[in-house]
Amino acid sequence: MAGVETLRVMETQGRAYRRIWRGSVITTFLNPVMYLAAMGVGLGVLVDDGTGAEALEGFEYLTYLAPGLLAASTMMTGAGDGAWPVMAGIKWQRHYEAILATPVNVRDLVSGHLLWVSVRLLMVSVIFGFVMILFGATGVVQAIAAVIPAMLTGMAFAGPVTAFTSWTEDHTGLTNLFRFGLVPMFLFSGTFFPITQLPGWMQPLAYLTPLWHGVEMTRSWSLGLEPTFSPVVHFGYLALLIVGGWLASQHFLGKRMIT
Amino acid sequence: MSLSESLVVARRLTKKFGDFAAVDAVDFDIRPGEAFGFLGPNGAGKTSTMKMIGAVSPITAGTLSVFGLNPEVDGPEIRSRLGVVPQQDNLDEEIPVDENLLIYGRYFGMSRAELWPRIDELLEFAELTGRRKDKVAALSGGMKRRLTIARALINEPDLLLLDEPTTGLDPQARHLLWDRLYRLKRQGVTLIITTHFMDEAEQLCDRLVVMDKGKIVAEGSPRALIEQYVTREVIEVRFPVGVQETVVDQMEGIAKRVEVLPDRVLLYSDNGESTMQEVHGRGLEPESMLDRRSTLEDVFLRLTGRTLID
Ligand SMILES: Nc1ncnc2c1ncn2[C@@H]1O[C@H](COP(=O)(O)OP(=O)(O)OP(=O)(O)O)[C@@H](O)[C@H]1O
Ligand SMILES: [Mg+2]
Repeated sequence: MAGVETLRVMETQGRAYRRIWRGSVITTFLNPVMYLAAMGVGLGVLVDDGTGAEALEGFEYLTYLAPGLLAASTMMTGAGDGAWPVMAGIKWQRHYEAILATPVNVRDLVSGHLLWVSVRLLMVSVIFGFVMILFGATGVVQAIAAVIPAMLTGMAFAGPVTAFTSWTEDHTGLTNLFRFGLVPMFLFSGTFFPITQLPGWMQPLAYLTPLWHGVEMTRSWSLGLEPTFSPVVHFGYLALLIVGGWLASQHFLGKRMIT
Repeated sequence: MSLSESLVVARRLTKKFGDFAAVDAVDFDIRPGEAFGFLGPNGAGKTSTMKMIGAVSPITAGTLSVFGLNPEVDGPEIRSRLGVVPQQDNLDEEIPVDENLLIYGRYFGMSRAELWPRIDELLEFAELTGRRKDKVAALSGGMKRRLTIARALINEPDLLLLDEPTTGLDPQARHLLWDRLYRLKRQGVTLIITTHFMDEAEQLCDRLVVMDKGKIVAEGSPRALIEQYVTREVIEVRFPVGVQETVVDQMEGIAKRVEVLPDRVLLYSDNGESTMQEVHGRGLEPESMLDRRSTLEDVFLRLTGRTLID
């Protein structure tokens, strides 16, 4: 997979990113700060004073929320990086066409792109973990432990969304994906509250969402909670999406670009 | 010259999109060091042909070899020796001029140490040295075009594919580009150029093929094509609005060939002077008459019955 062309694609994506890294890091830092302040601290006080404590398995709301929010952030980063830059490469600026005129082929392009996204996810997770520690939501070890499941969550979205972007015509498809897919997932996959709080018929639906599996494992590894299913199931589901997304991206990008 | 010495050999090369043949069983040979042109109107199949040569579009039928290699299996190796200037610019607009070149060079596996001096050279060549730190988005159309050409040269290609390199440029920018292409040719780079400008083809190409509806309808040097298909001179005759229809009959046989276009009549003749006298001799009173040299445009009209740019 990681041939030398793949590494070159990863490197050039990183080089392009250097132009915007300052703004990007600031957003990556400010987002968790704002969410944890508003929801974790502001709302958390009410939750902890109310009936929340037992549903949250004895954790303070801020502590409970933080890893869920971390997984949701990597989801958004992974999905966003699979959407906008890819559509720009295919259609808006069309520099993918230029790349494919060099010795780089579709597989190298997809692999290099996804590898670069994994680097981005590492950055996002580390910054988020740092904010969690600042808020006193977790200790250092727990924050570090959360990075791996959080990254896998992001990759489980980056791959399939890259495939979707390669397939869909234009930004309308992407906007709809976020509006009808990712935003509901963000809200109802256990990020903010345990899915046991959902109406019974919705719970199986939550099981199907990749985010829920990511949240379960991120929370499990950072808080020491027992996950709903075996880690093999949760990680297996994410791994399936990562590999499937990688393969599907090659298929659809190939169909789109090699005519 | 034997076939094995040709850089590109196509035999019954075909590209289909569904049932539609965009390129329909064409044959051509492109030799090292020459400037070879594909001349044709919109939709003739020029870009489709270029993409197959560039090993980015699989061929549907026939055979194609580039550098003696098969694009289907040796794509990366072929592409490593090519420079490609696509019909539409596809630069990375968000990053500066020089980094566009750097990044592109990295895809060819060139090291930074060899790239930076090469980039200085290419920016000089493209007259973009003063803009090297600007974002591409801030460049004019002509500057982007020159940058695209510079980018295509980063890997010192043996063969440069130029798909309508000067479309959309003003005359001054076109001439600058032509000059750059001459220089490359002198350095021994083989050029393949598509265009629908006949003056461009005449200026740049040693040999060309005229394409129409996926087929090659003629082949040769610009001079040879003109000699073969049209006379040396053409008289363009224009009448006041509404008059042309009433007088075309009277022009029959006035020249070797008479071509009636919606807005003018073309008289193909080896002796323009006497043909113009003959027009007056027949009592015709055109608004204007222009005696000019024949061009590839006339060849195209002769071959297809249509003008090149309509
Ligand atoms: N990807 C595609 N799918 C379907 N049809 C295509 C595709 N690419 C090209 N065609 C069709 O093939 C024909 C030849 O197109 P091509 O782009 O090769 O022409 P061209 O000679 O480069 O024209 P132009 O001067 O307009 O650039 C056209 O009818 C075009 O619509
Ligand atoms: Mg074209």
